[in-house]
Amino acid sequence: MRVMNHPVLGEQKDIEWVTIIFNGKPMKAEKGEMILAALHAENQIVNRYTAKRHEPRGIYCGIGQCTDCMMVVNGIPNVRTCITPVEDGMTVEIQEGLGKWRGDK
Amino acid sequence: MRQCEVLVIGGGPAGLSAAIEAAKAGAQVVVVETNREVGGQLVKQTHKFFGSSRHRAGTRGIDIAKILRKQCEDLHVELKVNSLVMGIYADNVVAIDEKKSLTEHNIERIQAKKIVISTGASENSIRFPGWTLPGVMGAGAIQTMCNYHRVIPGRKLLMIGSGSVGLIVCYQLMQAGAEIVGIVEALPHINGYAVHASKLTREGIPIYTGYTIKEARGKERVEQAVIAKVNPDWSTVPGSEIVLDTDIVAVGAGLKPLIGMAHMSGCEFVYDKALGGWAPCHNKNMESTHKGIYVAGDTTGLEEASTAIEEGTISGIAIAESLGYIPKDKAKTLKDEGWERLAGLRSGFKGEDRVKAKMKQLNRYDEVMKGGK
Amino acid sequence: MYLDHGVVTKEELIAAGHYPSEARMKKGPVAVCECLQKIPCNPCESSCPAHAIHIGENISNLPELCEDKCIGCGSCVVACSGLAIFLLDKSYSDKVGSVSFPYEYLNNYQKGDVVKAADRSGKNVCMGTIKKIITTPKADHTTVVTLEVPIEYVDEVRSIYREK
Repeated sequence: MRVMNHPVLGEQKDIEWVTIIFNGKPMKAEKGEMILAALHAENQIVNRYTAKRHEPRGIYCGIGQCTDCMMVVNGIPNVRTCITPVEDGMTVEIQEGLGKWRGDK
Repeated sequence: MRQCEVLVIGGGPAGLSAAIEAAKAGAQVVVVETNREVGGQLVKQTHKFFGSSRHRAGTRGIDIAKILRKQCEDLHVELKVNSLVMGIYADNVVAIDEKKSLTEHNIERIQAKKIVISTGASENSIRFPGWTLPGVMGAGAIQTMCNYHRVIPGRKLLMIGSGSVGLIVCYQLMQAGAEIVGIVEALPHINGYAVHASKLTREGIPIYTGYTIKEARGKERVEQAVIAKVNPDWSTVPGSEIVLDTDIVAVGAGLKPLIGMAHMSGCEFVYDKALGGWAPCHNKNMESTHKGIYVAGDTTGLEEASTAIEEGTISGIAIAESLGYIPKDKAKTLKDEGWERLAGLRSGFKGEDRVKAKMKQLNRYDEVMKGGK
Repeated sequence: MYLDHGVVTKEELIAAGHYPSEARMKKGPVAVCECLQKIPCNPCESSCPAHAIHIGENISNLPELCEDKCIGCGSCVVACSGLAIFLLDKSYSDKVGSVSFPYEYLNNYQKGDVVKAADRSGKNVCMGTIKKIITTPKADHTTVVTLEVPIEYVDEVRSIYREK
């Protein structure tokens, strides 16, 4: 969920929205926010499945250190979504294993 | 190759404070920061800080971040953001990877007369069945998401660890509208500042002292957590299990200094539990055993943002002095004042252990520099 | 013991010499610093216009309140970074008194609202009427809520009950 109002940080107003494509479907994201934040706002918490056991992984450190949030972004695998900002039209996919390099953009 | 006088690695409270002091005296300073804005972990500290009211006590961390950044900007400190330091090489050459976009990076080398390593710390994790499930995350991670990115990846949270970080994060998650199902602490008592615990208990949040997490359950994400009482030998008491419905399990198991850069530079280290483990030792100028490389903040021992600010300040003054921007006597006065403030911050609850550990670092520095091993 | 579960008791506060006297509370609002652990922190001392709180050179000393100097203004309530200072007032009558506490949560409370009052463990112990809600720029988002409660609960109530 988004924290729209906060007793210390105040209200979030005048959000500028962009659209990202998550697993083929359009999803709303705040302009400039991290990909992971956009996904969390939509309660989407799985980022990837591990190569050997196909286990789900989601955010662990949130600051670009642990690599649990890696996804396929614009066809590029292993992108750390917690430190990569969204762009309008960006494609974001749950990564399977080590991911495949497609480089479609 | 580009040259600069002072290069600061890490734009958190320690690094920015070092930059401010050095720049104030006239030095040319570059701060290299991996995130897209400086401030370090201050950018998510929404609570008012402890400390002396002669300094910044009572001010929220988020506001201290703004103050430090403004000071840097006013002093024309170059804030090089989105830039990761890849390594420190011979003759104080620093290699930097600047992220321009998803696919474009700019690699640059800068040679600095003086380097400050202020890379902070990283969170410890603990392992238990289910710890890899989405929804199990660092206490700092959920704080970043909630207070900085302003999203919460769930509704209910169980905190593991009653250190000050765990307690503060629970309070802040509650402020943001999440429900806290409880705090689990393996020790028989609260581990952080008691006043932080009291803020939670009066809101009805249970603190399970003498308990540990046994398991996180769920298919695609955490749905339940099982906690159990611990015996004095840290085994769990059979039959004492409590099953809690929760979708976030936050792990507040302490932090450890991020020492990669210091290690790469060949600095000498000291181990002390009170400071989070191995950390580079230094002298009273905050200079490491590698001449010209200074260390400040959590990277040289886990403490708080307020102590990081003071250590950064001292290193900045010492650097300005050694570059000839501040006369020796004036520098001494300023540094002594800094050490006095540090002594104040290292008094009270758990302060003594940190004083001892810091003394160990200073002594180790002397030993190494005298040629002993 | 407050360190076991985080709940401070009145007895612990009295034993530490931290609790105002009945006579003082009868005269009007007075601060109680529910801070029993040495923390390097002193904004309570410097915020007090009446110089009623003493910490001294060593900022880890526990705050000592001079109850006769305290004017019950509440400056320390918003200055305390640990949100551990409250105002107690038993001067209203023999039946009711009030507790003022720092509050940093989103809310729609208004003066006159009747709410469930919570003690230090978060338990609902009685009902209370909101007498004042004070938010000032200087308090930097720390609101002070004053709750009128039955006089026997002035020593217990420390927040508004949180519904589960």
